[in-house]
Amino acid sequence: MSTPLLRQPVFNVESLRGQFPILATRVHGQPLVYLDNAATTQKPDCVIDALAHYYRHQNANVHRGVHHLSEVATSAYEAVREKLRRCLNARETREVIFTRGTTEAINLVAQSLSGHWLRPGDEVLISWMEHHSNIVPWQMACARTGAVLKVIPMTDAGELDLDAARRLISERTRVLGIVHVSNALGTVNPVTELTRLAHDAGALVLVDGAQAVAHLPVDVQAIDCDFYVCSGHKQYGPTGVGALIGRASVLERMPPWQGGGDMIRAVRFEGTEYTDLPYRFEAGTPSIAEVIGWGAAIDWFEGLDHDALRTHEDAVLRYAEERATEVPGLRLVGTAPWKVGVMSFVIDGVHPHDLGTIVDHHGVAIRTGHHCAMPVMERLGLPATARASFAIYNTRQEVDTLITALLAAREVLV
Amino acid sequence: MFALKDLYQEVIVDHNRAPRNFGHLAAPTHRAEGFNPLCGDRLTIELAVDADGVIRELAFDGQGCAISVASASLMTEAIKGRTLAEAEPLFERFHTMLTTAVESDLLNGDDSLGKLEALAGVRAFPSRVKCATLCWHALRSALHGETVATTE
Repeated sequence: MSTPLLRQPVFNVESLRGQFPILATRVHGQPLVYLDNAATTQKPDCVIDALAHYYRHQNANVHRGVHHLSEVATSAYEAVREKLRRCLNARETREVIFTRGTTEAINLVAQSLSGHWLRPGDEVLISWMEHHSNIVPWQMACARTGAVLKVIPMTDAGELDLDAARRLISERTRVLGIVHVSNALGTVNPVTELTRLAHDAGALVLVDGAQAVAHLPVDVQAIDCDFYVCSGHKQYGPTGVGALIGRASVLERMPPWQGGGDMIRAVRFEGTEYTDLPYRFEAGTPSIAEVIGWGAAIDWFEGLDHDALRTHEDAVLRYAEERATEVPGLRLVGTAPWKVGVMSFVIDGVHPHDLGTIVDHHGVAIRTGHHCAMPVMERLGLPATARASFAIYNTRQEVDTLITALLAAREVLV
Repeated sequence: MFALKDLYQEVIVDHNRAPRNFGHLAAPTHRAEGFNPLCGDRLTIELAVDADGVIRELAFDGQGCAISVASASLMTEAIKGRTLAEAEPLFERFHTMLTTAVESDLLNGDDSLGKLEALAGVRAFPSRVKCATLCWHALRSALHGETVATTE
């Protein structure tokens, strides 16, 4: 299944790699081949510089002071809210709420909806493919409210069973929580269609975009979901920051989830008046430097030729899947027709953890284990898989190194 | 590459390919399951202990990486025929070998750990120590009358 695109590099990956200082690292004496991008991507110089610049020249708390630095920090922080709105095509800037990450954004929604939206007997529908972060907060919400958790099943290929989804969505469904791109398998889910089905039944829809934002153009208005959640660190930005993009009309009806500074209009012992969106959901000092660093990542990412980078990324993934067939006993896990960024696999006679350790000695970083998606592993009857996950700076030469390392692992253990 | 060869020694590879005492006992007196939540590996240990406190038979079953399977296999060989009282100190010495940075005196003379020393290479891989100790945690749980052990 060779494609002519493989022989026509239209995208200067070498100059891109030069912007990522960590890619020059050597591991066990070998050049680093970083294929754990679904866990976190590496950061370009401009992001690292933005963090340092903030601490060297702009550090102050936001929304509080009238002094110069506070105003500088506040305007740099707030500018990122607008960047993110534009990047994901939200309607209004106040629909962008900063969190510590995707996990916190989901917890925010699940906890807040527990207060007024979920009642005993209501159903929360998620899918078999969810990361633990889109399972556990809903289990907690169900335990608090008496709602019931339902699960859309998955096929052997790692696709959602849409017929089952249609059957499961009913007037009892109050929330649909669905992952845009599976972190364990790379499957891209039909979130727009699922959102429409859930809306027809009167449910609110949360889409977990943690693995999507670095690989797909995301338009929250086109998806029409009520909540879209993502993290900075999987999109070339810093750790410790993420966002909830919510529909203003829904967010306005939701009670705050954490109380504290910055989310109030007036505090009296008799009672507190909460402030408006987005601040009512941002209690306490936020991750100011990380938000600003994420802004640098968004600017940098948006400046790239997206058609070219998606072609490149897709070609590297296809090349990896093609070369993987040369490894005896290797089986791909997750073979949906539409996948991005992830090649999950097992090799007969070699446990993923041994693979992880052995390829690491070839400088190759992959993830091994259940990928925080234990139900996916259980559904496929596997204790664990090995996962190579790709970013825009990965190359076919790096895939070659991975394949050599996998063959060496077989040599050691089979 | 040197540390890697230390880790996957011939003995380890052999015990992984052909684990000893693999399966179940007809009439176990003790039984426990070991679970490593980080990697999802599970194994079961069964013991048949006689009236004198001697471990006459033991078996293990389950799935895991080469380190965890080889360690369990080597453990069953090391423990068979020993008394309950001898088992726990052996785990302690084994654990010390895996977590102490330098060659331990424990490995010399009468305190030799025998074939278990094949696992000494694990000490260069802190993230893999739990793989090697999962079976021992399960053994200890079984001896203490518990049914489940976890490495966390």
